[in-house]
Amino acid sequence: MEQITKRSRFHYTTEQIIEKPFNWKQMVRLLGYMKPYARTLLPKTIIAMLIVTAVRIAVPIFIGVLAIDHAIIPGNLNLLYTFAAIVLGLYLFSWIANVFRIRWMNEIGQHMIFDIRTALFNHIQRLSHRFFDQRSGGSILVRVINDVNSMQDLFTNGVVNLLMDIVMLIGIVVILFTLSPELAMLVLLVLPIMFFISTKLRRKIRRSWQTVRIRQSKMNSHLNESIQGIRVTQAYAQEEENMKFFNDVNTDNYESWKHATRMNAIFRPFVEMSSAIGAVVLIWYGANLIESEAISIGIFVSFAFYLGMFWEPISRLGQVYNQLLVGMASSERIFEFLDEKPSVPEKSDAKSLGDVKGEIQFDDVEFAYDESRKALHDINLTFEGGKTIALVGHTGSGKSTIVNLMSRFYDPTKGRVLLDGIDLRDLRLDELRSNVSYVLQDTFIFAGTIMDNIRFGRPTATDQDVVDAASAIGAHEFIEKLENGYDTEVEEKGNVLSVGERQLLSFARALLADPRILILDEATASIDTETELKIQRGLKKLLAGRTAIMIAHRLSTIRDADKIIVLENGHVLEEGTHDELMKAQGAYYGLVKSQYAAIMENE
Amino acid sequence: METFQRLKQFYWPFKTYFIWSLFALFIVTAMTVIYPMILQFTIDYAVREQNYEIIPYLALAIVVVMSLKGVAVYIHQYFGDLFGIITVQRLRNTLYRKLQYLPFRYYDNAKTGDLMSRLTADVEAFRFFLSFGCAQVVNFVLLVGFSMAVMFYYSVPLTLVTMAILPFLAIVVSKFDKRIHPGFRGIRKSLARLNTKVQENVSGMHTVKALSQEDEEIVRFEDSNEDYRQKHLDISKIWGRYFPLMEFIGNVCAVFLLAFGGYLTIQGSLQPGELVAFFSLIWYILGPIMNLGFIINMFSQSKASGERLLEILDEEERKVDAVPNTQMNEEFVGEITFTNVSLTYGEKIEPALKGITFEATRGKTIGLVGATGSGKSSIIQLITRFYERSAGEIVIDGKSIDQFSIKELRKQIGVVLQETFLFSSTIRDNLAYGRPDVPMEEIIEAAKRADAHEFISALPDGYQTVLGERGLGLSGGQKQRIAIARAIIMDPKILILDDATSAVDMQTEVKIQKAFREVMKGRTTFIIAHRTSSVKHADEIIVLGNGEICERGTHQELLNSEGPYRKIYNIQNQDQEYVLQQV
Repeated sequence: MEQITKRSRFHYTTEQIIEKPFNWKQMVRLLGYMKPYARTLLPKTIIAMLIVTAVRIAVPIFIGVLAIDHAIIPGNLNLLYTFAAIVLGLYLFSWIANVFRIRWMNEIGQHMIFDIRTALFNHIQRLSHRFFDQRSGGSILVRVINDVNSMQDLFTNGVVNLLMDIVMLIGIVVILFTLSPELAMLVLLVLPIMFFISTKLRRKIRRSWQTVRIRQSKMNSHLNESIQGIRVTQAYAQEEENMKFFNDVNTDNYESWKHATRMNAIFRPFVEMSSAIGAVVLIWYGANLIESEAISIGIFVSFAFYLGMFWEPISRLGQVYNQLLVGMASSERIFEFLDEKPSVPEKSDAKSLGDVKGEIQFDDVEFAYDESRKALHDINLTFEGGKTIALVGHTGSGKSTIVNLMSRFYDPTKGRVLLDGIDLRDLRLDELRSNVSYVLQDTFIFAGTIMDNIRFGRPTATDQDVVDAASAIGAHEFIEKLENGYDTEVEEKGNVLSVGERQLLSFARALLADPRILILDEATASIDTETELKIQRGLKKLLAGRTAIMIAHRLSTIRDADKIIVLENGHVLEEGTHDELMKAQGAYYGLVKSQYAAIMENE
Repeated sequence: METFQRLKQFYWPFKTYFIWSLFALFIVTAMTVIYPMILQFTIDYAVREQNYEIIPYLALAIVVVMSLKGVAVYIHQYFGDLFGIITVQRLRNTLYRKLQYLPFRYYDNAKTGDLMSRLTADVEAFRFFLSFGCAQVVNFVLLVGFSMAVMFYYSVPLTLVTMAILPFLAIVVSKFDKRIHPGFRGIRKSLARLNTKVQENVSGMHTVKALSQEDEEIVRFEDSNEDYRQKHLDISKIWGRYFPLMEFIGNVCAVFLLAFGGYLTIQGSLQPGELVAFFSLIWYILGPIMNLGFIINMFSQSKASGERLLEILDEEERKVDAVPNTQMNEEFVGEITFTNVSLTYGEKIEPALKGITFEATRGKTIGLVGATGSGKSSIIQLITRFYERSAGEIVIDGKSIDQFSIKELRKQIGVVLQETFLFSSTIRDNLAYGRPDVPMEEIIEAAKRADAHEFISALPDGYQTVLGERGLGLSGGQKQRIAIARAIIMDPKILILDDATSAVDMQTEVKIQKAFREVMKGRTTFIIAHRTSSVKHADEIIVLGNGEICERGTHQELLNSEGPYRKIYNIQNQDQEYVLQQV
């Protein structure tokens, strides 16, 4: 292991859609999404499909047995024209049925895909922080987009085609046996061969394409990363080393392609040979039968036509099987998410809040992210309404955990958190959350205009409200200076806004949301001094008249707080005002002193 | 065609594959057309004229024809694919090389998504064309040509009559083609929107939850989801309108064949077996015509892809390393002098740096201070030659910077960039990024100096912990400490810290700074910082404003001069003064 990790320069884990064995339970659950359409679209589609298939099976009879034997060879021109007219009529009929078959088939499939995706997305919205803590954003995205899409083929074409192909194969076999049982027996020898090729050989092909996909996705991951990290690569003059790595990945990819493509190509001679066997049997034995007048030329011709029609449904059945296996893997992953229960469920008889004073109490609260790791021990705290309270302590002391419990991102493992005297678990979640707002350390910018981004906190706000909030915070000035003012398009990865400006934007967002309780996670990122001043002014405006809980790093913001709570390793060490705590010469005093020491050392 | 001409260097060396593939294709097509002919011969000669003794030979002929076809199909497909994938492998290596050496200037305007789509989708389109598309054009000509020839040989009037339907088919195919492609584009765009929406929702989930906007998000998502479904339904309508129509036209052809061909047979000018053969042969013509639109479209798409690839290949690489004869390893000291240096980025009119002059002698530390956009980062980007100066002279160890090879120059410089980027790799490999073979002791030593050893050791896999998307998430401060250690491991003569400690807390910063003072001994160091505390020990602090030097001097000198530096200092040090008062 040591050896391997040392040798590879980069590590990529590829989340791949790999097939899973067929699972009936899951299939039934999947087909449950077809239920809304089982009485409307589905029967119509199946009827249309049956018509199309029936015509396809019938035509060789008309051309072979009927037209050749009864009209052409005896020389009956009228009968010939009648047959031609009937065939034309059948084709017309099948044309119309086909139009609807394609349309309805796609409708069923697309509706199902839509429904599954909506269910999945909506469910994810309800999941709790714990869920998101355990997964990367990318892996969630893959499920909502790729996994759902990978079932698209199965639902739009697969299911209906499956029926169609089965009907067609059975139909052909029945007809062949009716026409000439002995010839049918021999000709149908090719069927098992074809099935064998279509399943066994295809499995190998499938496996080799999976390898291709995995290698390719590794290569793409590296490409993506090498572009994003190009500045580091060039700064450290690692271009050549990276090229070596890429060359290896690229060669691996090439080799897997080469293998897969060879498997694919080998498949073809087998297909040709199996039809050759059918053709030889037909010509040899068929001609014998004609000689002994057991069958007519017309039957012989019909057989020739049907022989050519075998491969398509069989090969498609193989495809549907592939789609099924992929669909199994995808649906399993989708269901895994759908079965995930929100860890902070809302009670059915949840209480409404009414007017909120904004007092939060922690009553003997204990919390653990996982069993082995307790983040909070026996916390008893009161956050008075309308006051500003600062939480102080080192990284990992439990500051963030406390604020996460306040809006039930998590539930305490023991004890209660109360808002205005009511246990949070008895409250309606959406009401609770709309009363508690966060200004997070990194401001997330959604793609859209600045106006939309500020409005995110309260979608019903008018443009004027947004401008007012921005002005109050002190963000109006820089927004106006942007090329399109409030209509400037911004995005998460864009560089229109600086760190400080993003922060101001999130202040405006929070002010607009107008929560009773505001939680601030003060950023440490360095911001240039002018913006820093603006932020301090904006902050004062934002805090006025609310319960504010601040995770603070700067002394200037801490010392003005109404109460300071000092935490360490999940315990409360002290609480009180700045002056009280300084006087007590405890942990807080120590913290201030260590900062002092840091400054002195720097001098 | 010019596009393919210019990409010739990639595929031409492998032309043998292609030629073999085409040769095999020729056999495949010929054998395909022969099969209905054997059938015809069986019916007309062997059966109707009762020459049953010939049957075994016909059966044998079928086996031979099909075996030949089988082998030829294999060769055609395998060699055709090989031609594509081997070309693309070479092309990818060249593209990757290109990307490694493109200057920063290029990446300023390039979007990762766009580049990725060129490297994946466009390369794939090109491969598909080489492997498959090219041969399809040939296949079309051969199959239609052979089939027509056989049909004309059997019966001229019947061929003409059945082919009368072709123009209609051609019209429908071209109409279909015109409508289906915008449809596919629509789907792609809609999918991209859906993707963006979900990605944004997931990465902004904490914000969504913090402001309890889940329901709003569901509504917004519904829009994109709905649009995506609609785009698919639109295209299925087009599909449903044209595809059955095409099939119907082909079928009408078969009905013509039955009626008129039957009439001709009854008249005696056509054999029944010939009629049967016609039924197979017409589909050899109709099928490819239905696919024609697809082939033409593939051709134009791969041409567009080729152009997009050429755009990358045509980009100018960074300047070729000049004068490799300088033996720097022994002499490199790292004394830097800027004389009247200016820099203008790309096509911008406003210069980022104007008339910058300073000197950094051996072992000296230069602090660079100023607001965002004042030009601090530009200065270090010139030292590392990420960008080339527009005017003035930069001299290192008495020689113009141009005389150093970029590779050797950068090996002497350790940079901690403003935005920390770590690779999907072990922590150890990330630390050793600049010197992959560095011994473990040195890595640990550097990590200790950057105050990173402690938290790395606390991780379950220690230095072997893999970072990245699915791996472990580090905090901003931890990432920065790894980046600092990465620079120290370079053992550089010049050390550059661009806002390198912005995300670490104050106590840690002080620790790191203390360690740095040792590391920096004997090296020339540049520190860019917002906090004055980070630069106060510098031998010279340069305060920049709008690309010009507006103040310079030591910390004390600048404090005394009551200029912009003093102003920044005052704002930042409210806390510190307060602390000092308190204790």
